[in-house]
Amino acid sequence: MKFLVLGIFFAIVLSKVQAISWFRFYEMFKFQSFHMFGIIGGAVIVSAMIMQLFKRGIIKDINGDKIVPKQKKKGVVRTLVGGTFFGLGWGISGACAAPVFVILGFKWLPALIILLGALIGAFVYGLLSNRLPN
Amino acid sequence: MEIILQPWPWFVGGPLIALTLFLYFYFGKNFGASTNFETLCTIAGAGRVSNYFKKDWKERDFALLFVVGLIVGGFISSNYLIPNQAIDLNPTTIQELTELGFSNPAKSYFPDEIFSDEIAMSLKGFLILILSGVCIGFGTRYAGGCTSGHAITGLSNFQLPSLLAVIGFFIGGVIAVWFLIPLIF
Repeated sequence: MKFLVLGIFFAIVLSKVQAISWFRFYEMFKFQSFHMFGIIGGAVIVSAMIMQLFKRGIIKDINGDKIVPKQKKKGVVRTLVGGTFFGLGWGISGACAAPVFVILGFKWLPALIILLGALIGAFVYGLLSNRLPN
Repeated sequence: MEIILQPWPWFVGGPLIALTLFLYFYFGKNFGASTNFETLCTIAGAGRVSNYFKKDWKERDFALLFVVGLIVGGFISSNYLIPNQAIDLNPTTIQELTELGFSNPAKSYFPDEIFSDEIAMSLKGFLILILSGVCIGFGTRYAGGCTSGHAITGLSNFQLPSLLAVIGFFIGGVIAVWFLIPLIF
C-alpha cells in the first residue's frame, strides 16, 4: 500500500512540474531552458544530503536497519552505450522509465506503444546480456 | 486548491523528487523505475525463453504497486490537477518546433505530431513510438538504470557508473533532438 501511495505522489509531482512533457525534454536536450536542469539538479543535491544521512546511519529504514543503496554495475561500455540508447529513445519520445507509466494516464495509446517497445527492448537485452561487452 | 492547480515551479520539483527517493529507501527498497520493464517481461512469460528472466517477480511486488501508483497518479493529474497544460517554453524552442511543422508547441504537454491517437495508429507514428520504446527498454537495462536509478539515485550516491550513464543519456538525447527529430519531421 505504501508504495502505491508513493507512486501516486511521485506521478503527481512529475506531472505538476512538467517533468513528463515532451516539450520540456526537447528544450532540455536543446539546452534552451534551465527548468529540467533545475529539477534534476535540485533532486540530486537534496538526495546527496539524504544519502549522507543514510551512510552515517543517522536515518535508518522502517525496520530499523541501516540503509545501504546498491552499488551500480560497473563497466564503461555498458553505461555509455546503454545510456546512449536510452537517451535516443528518451529524446525522441520524451518518455523515460517512470514517466512512461505516468503518461499512460494522459495519452494511453501512444504511451502503451512506447511501453510495449520498452518491454521488447528489455527482452532483447535479457536475451543478449551474456554476449554484450561490459 | 489554487496552488495545486497552478503549474509548480522548478524548484519544488527537486526536493519533492528527493522526498520520494527518501521514502522509497526508508521503506527498505532501492529507488528506480526501469527494472520494472524486466519484471513485466518475467510476468509475461519471458522466463520460458531466457534464463535471464527466471526470477520470482513476487519479490518485486512493491515496485509493481509503485507502477500502478504512477498510472493512477498520472490519471488523477491529467483529469483533475492540470486544468491548463500550456507550458512556459523558451520562445526560441517554440519557433524552432513551429518551423519543423509542429502545430501546438507548448500549448499542451505532448505534441499532436507524436501523441495523437491517429498518428500513433499510422505506420510512421507507430514506428517512432515503438522504436523509441525499444531504445528505452534496451538502453536502461544495459546501462543498469534510468533517470531515477542513475541520474538521481546514482549521482547523489557518487557512483561513477551513473555519471557515465548520464553522459550517455545526454549523448543519445542530443543526437535525437538535434539530428533525428529534424530528419523525422
